[in-house]
Amino acid sequence: MEHAGTEEVKKHVRVYVTVFVALMALTVVTVAISTLHLEVHTAIIVALVIASVKASLVAAYFMHLISEKKLIYAALTLTVVLFIALMALPVSHYVDRGL
Amino acid sequence: MSAVHSTPASAAPHAHAASGHADHHASGFWSTYVFSQDHKTIGIQYTITSLLFLLFGFALMIVMRWQLAYPGQPIPFIGTLLGEANAPEGIMLPEFYNQLGAMHGTIMVFLGVVPLAVGGFGNYVMPLQIGAPDMAFPKLNMMSYWVYFLGGVAMLASFFIPGGAASSGWTSYAPLSVIATAGQTVWLTGMVFLITSSLLGSVNFITTIFQLRAKGLSFMRLPFFVWAQLVTSFLLLLAFPPLEAAGVLQLMDRLAGTSFFMPSGLVVSGQPLAVSGGGSPLLWQHLFWFLAHPEVYVLILPAMGIVAEVIANNTRRPLWGYKSMVYATIFLGFMSFVVWAHHMFLTGMGTAISTFFQTTTMIISIPSVVILTALFLSLWGGSIRFTTPMLFALAFLPMFGIGGLTGLPLGLAPADIHLHDTYYVIGHFHYVVAPGTLFALFAGVYYWFPKVTGRKMNDALGKIHFWSSFVFINGVFMPMFIQGLAGVSRRLYDGGQSYAHAQGVLHLNEFMSISAWCLAIAQIPFIVNFFWSIWKGRKVEHNHWDATTLEWAATTSPPLAHGNFAVVPEVHRGPYEYSPPGNGRGYIPQNEPAEGR
Amino acid sequence: MEIPYTATVRPDTGVYNAKLGIWLFLASEVMLFGALFSSYVLLRVGAPSWPHGYEFLNIPLATVNTVILISSSVTMVMAWASLMMKNFTRFRVYLGLTILLALAFLVVKGFEYGAKFEHHLYPSESTFLAIYFTLTGLHGLHVVGGIIVNLYLWGPGSVMWKRDPARFTNRIEIAGLYWHFVDLVWIFLFPVLYLL
Repeated sequence: MEHAGTEEVKKHVRVYVTVFVALMALTVVTVAISTLHLEVHTAIIVALVIASVKASLVAAYFMHLISEKKLIYAALTLTVVLFIALMALPVSHYVDRGL
Repeated sequence: MSAVHSTPASAAPHAHAASGHADHHASGFWSTYVFSQDHKTIGIQYTITSLLFLLFGFALMIVMRWQLAYPGQPIPFIGTLLGEANAPEGIMLPEFYNQLGAMHGTIMVFLGVVPLAVGGFGNYVMPLQIGAPDMAFPKLNMMSYWVYFLGGVAMLASFFIPGGAASSGWTSYAPLSVIATAGQTVWLTGMVFLITSSLLGSVNFITTIFQLRAKGLSFMRLPFFVWAQLVTSFLLLLAFPPLEAAGVLQLMDRLAGTSFFMPSGLVVSGQPLAVSGGGSPLLWQHLFWFLAHPEVYVLILPAMGIVAEVIANNTRRPLWGYKSMVYATIFLGFMSFVVWAHHMFLTGMGTAISTFFQTTTMIISIPSVVILTALFLSLWGGSIRFTTPMLFALAFLPMFGIGGLTGLPLGLAPADIHLHDTYYVIGHFHYVVAPGTLFALFAGVYYWFPKVTGRKMNDALGKIHFWSSFVFINGVFMPMFIQGLAGVSRRLYDGGQSYAHAQGVLHLNEFMSISAWCLAIAQIPFIVNFFWSIWKGRKVEHNHWDATTLEWAATTSPPLAHGNFAVVPEVHRGPYEYSPPGNGRGYIPQNEPAEGR
Repeated sequence: MEIPYTATVRPDTGVYNAKLGIWLFLASEVMLFGALFSSYVLLRVGAPSWPHGYEFLNIPLATVNTVILISSSVTMVMAWASLMMKNFTRFRVYLGLTILLALAFLVVKGFEYGAKFEHHLYPSESTFLAIYFTLTGLHGLHVVGGIIVNLYLWGPGSVMWKRDPARFTNRIEIAGLYWHFVDLVWIFLFPVLYLL
């Protein structure tokens, strides 16, 4: 990216606009689905899936992760694993507590 | 490639030429000594500040130990100076004892040991060991120090506000910490500063190690000290934020009346608390220990790094099992994130989850044993030089061994039922941190003092410091295991006097206190030696210890002010080529070119 | 002595220093917000009852804010792309827009909070409101931080473009990465707090 010429950057700009449209569409979708008042567990899964897709688009294209270097991926993979450990924290709290 | 042993005379003109064009702008007093962006100056700032905090944290305990040895007796000399609110007529109030206890832990861990091990040694030595001119982000480095300083000042100032300092333990468990006096708010604010300082520092350390290694310095040629700092920085980077989040939540509970940690139906002093309730005190414990467990590896890894350097250098042999030590360190760092609830075995956890955390805890002992064993085996066949740093490094090994072994029953849930929150725990963690880490840090001071100042510390004073500290420190902490096994709880302001089951071991309190006071006196030779040697110590050669690593082999003592190296070093070999076959000199520095180049 | 790889890329890692630095910082931010999300889960699962977002919170306003923030992410990346195409004027327009959109986000947030306080819906009222205010408040502070950084780069900091355009472009890239992260957090905050 550092040495990209103007033509290459213009290609990226087209991608940015496409991603923007996709993000807007997904926002509409997620709000629309929420009005259906689905059962809580389903609603959570649907909402998080849509949010993850949106987040992936931002990360991959706006943050250029899709063409990033191995070192950055490695740091982020480690972070994701530990983030999962953090999310397991409430699970560890309730599992088998018998309260 | 220029000769490795450049004499001071030939290095100096070179140095001026190399850094001449960088001296265009005059550096005033403030930017050179106060707001310096040079990692060496910042390392010295961290070192002096953290040593002072260590002394202060120790002083708090010296006072506490009077109350433990002679409960209810007026404290001599300073008792009346402590003020009516803390010690009327010189007799310590329980509330004040709790403040001393909470702040002793906080100051030692967050203002003393970690800033010295990481901010002091890491900052000064690591860039030199990797052949870098400075850290990747010098301005950020400067900010890290000053934010730490501000956090420290806040913590100290909390003693003087109405209600005194934080008094809910260094662990600040809710709901007690939420209803505690204003000092707790200052503690939380101070912690936010300290965590910020730590985060800025860890970003700097990791980036520097990845990006600024000299040519030829591949990862498996790094000194073990640098590996230790790298893993430590990852722990700080990723484990501290949950505590920062928890701190924000506790601040909200204290200041905005929220109930993150406040359960429903809480009654305080006979009055139901006017909060919404619905919170979880255990949420605080989870978030706190999610950091605080990796934090203990932050406390020990840099120490192991220092011990490794000193042992290799003073046995005149390569480290035994360098690769195993590296992999063990990485594995240890990773495992440290999944053991936290072994601090919570007694909170009503079920057997399945207790078993999970007990298992991960047993597994994590393996890499520690690998590292300790490798260090022990590194002594085998060595020509051991019993220098002052080596004495401390050697003592670290069995002391850390005791600390580690006594952790095993604590990590086993059934045994922990008896030992949790007793003096056994205090004995365990102090063995690891005091005759463990602190001894390693002393080794580091004696070892790198000649690098920083160009002078040696006095050997006779060093040996007096070592032997007296070693004897008395064991006198303080060994009896704690006995008291703990007898069931004496921690954080009792009268040392267990009012409990029937403690009566048989109460006499140990006086013994431990006297040992502690003697340990304090034993630090005087160190303090005198440290300051005296800065100005009057014997001047020594640049590579005084005949070491192989770049900080010794490739630059002067002290290193050049700007950019560290007259000639940017290039690395051609591993970090511990001591006593290679057929080599008369007895060691090959890392930057010496390979044969036939 | 110059610190190497401040503007150029180190061959074996493939990145310049600040790029690695900002991603490490963002990693720590993932753990920060992650801890708050984790707390949210623990508190909600343990609560005898938990309101739906639409009972207390203003979904239309929050949707507007989502659109605003996503748009600001686009303008931010366009600011960087403009510098890559050596167009300084367009860069200033896009970065200026980013700042304005961010301010608009805060204004809308101000209305949201104001309306809550008017109805005596304070953080102390319930754990739902407590976590709502804390999560959105901390996110809001990050928005403020981003505005300050962007204002500096739009104003006094932009003189670096004349001196060292490559380094300045990198700075905008770094600021952009931070800003996109702020957007990312909101992308999760919005459905979790408001829609579930």
